[in-house]
Amino acid sequence: MKLVVIGCGRVGASLARDFRADGWEVTAVDEKEEALSRLGSDWSGGFVVGHGMDSEILRRAGADEADAVVVATNGDNTNLVIGQVVKKRYGVECVVVRILDPARAEFYAERGMQVVCPTKTAIAALGEAVRKTTAALAEH
Amino acid sequence: MYAIVAGGGKVGANLARSLLRMGHEVTLIEQSQYRFDRLQEEFQHQILLGDATELHVLELAGIVRPPELVLAVTGDDEDNLIICQLAREGYRVPKVVARVNDPRNQEHFDLLGIGQTVCATSNILGLVEHEVPEHGIVRLLELRKENLEIVELQVDRDSPAAGKRVAGLTLPDGSRLISVMRGGKSELAHDSTVLRPGDQVLAVVEPGKEDQLYRVLVKR
Repeated sequence: MKLVVIGCGRVGASLARDFRADGWEVTAVDEKEEALSRLGSDWSGGFVVGHGMDSEILRRAGADEADAVVVATNGDNTNLVIGQVVKKRYGVECVVVRILDPARAEFYAERGMQVVCPTKTAIAALGEAVRKTTAALAEH
Repeated sequence: MYAIVAGGGKVGANLARSLLRMGHEVTLIEQSQYRFDRLQEEFQHQILLGDATELHVLELAGIVRPPELVLAVTGDDEDNLIICQLAREGYRVPKVVARVNDPRNQEHFDLLGIGQTVCATSNILGLVEHEVPEHGIVRLLELRKENLEIVELQVDRDSPAAGKRVAGLTLPDGSRLISVMRGGKSELAHDSTVLRPGDQVLAVVEPGKEDQLYRVLVKR
């Protein structure tokens, strides 16, 4: 299986390493060459330096023949555009996009995009932690 | 008319200014505090500080009315594209226009269905090509909605069309000659018009058929 990860920050790099360890063919894309170091000195996957909005970069990363594409740059709107372009132009069926803004995440999820919103997850987890802890303390 | 202008740079601020002068109602959205401060005295309550790709900012600007027009003219193409999608798909804004800063992103706007775009670089390049007639075929105007474009070609001495009547040309389907410019004078092209070397011909053609047209008129 082939995975392309666009945006090789903490999230993208960890994901790339995980899937590579599982035996996937993985290519990471990042604007900055320094991002390569996040993949570790033993990185055996691909790495392309460039912007995910650039069709030539997407093609070089193999987005046109990927089984899955993860878009996790640090810009919500960049992720939304790249995600839609990859899906529409290359027909990749599994495109997962990270969106920090819950409102935009919901808007695009309603329109059939597969989005992950870490902000929403954090809100839920924090609320859950507070409720659980206060309930436990009240029992004492 | 009510219009929302996203992006308060030179383009956005001047558009907002012009629309206001024409008597329209306008809200200008600018996300940088620095620019906002400089524009606020002029635009007063008609400018809003915020990120126009955030739904609550658009809603503060009155997008739910909805406005007749949204102009997405920030310096960031991704932002412009998303603003257009939010406005059109989320709030049924009938007309959205996007600025394309980097002409390489034009294909993304086309792919994602944002038909009304303006790209300064492409426009200037079009004008440059218009001034260089030896360039094979010049695209003068793209009518995206109609899926047509208006092009200009120059008939040469060796061109297959030189000396022929328009009626005698086998033009590709989906193309038609509009006019012929000769010696500084332009005339509408009729069936009886005879093309001569040096003629500058305007034609309307479906995108993708320019090469066929070029081979009939200019060079096989």
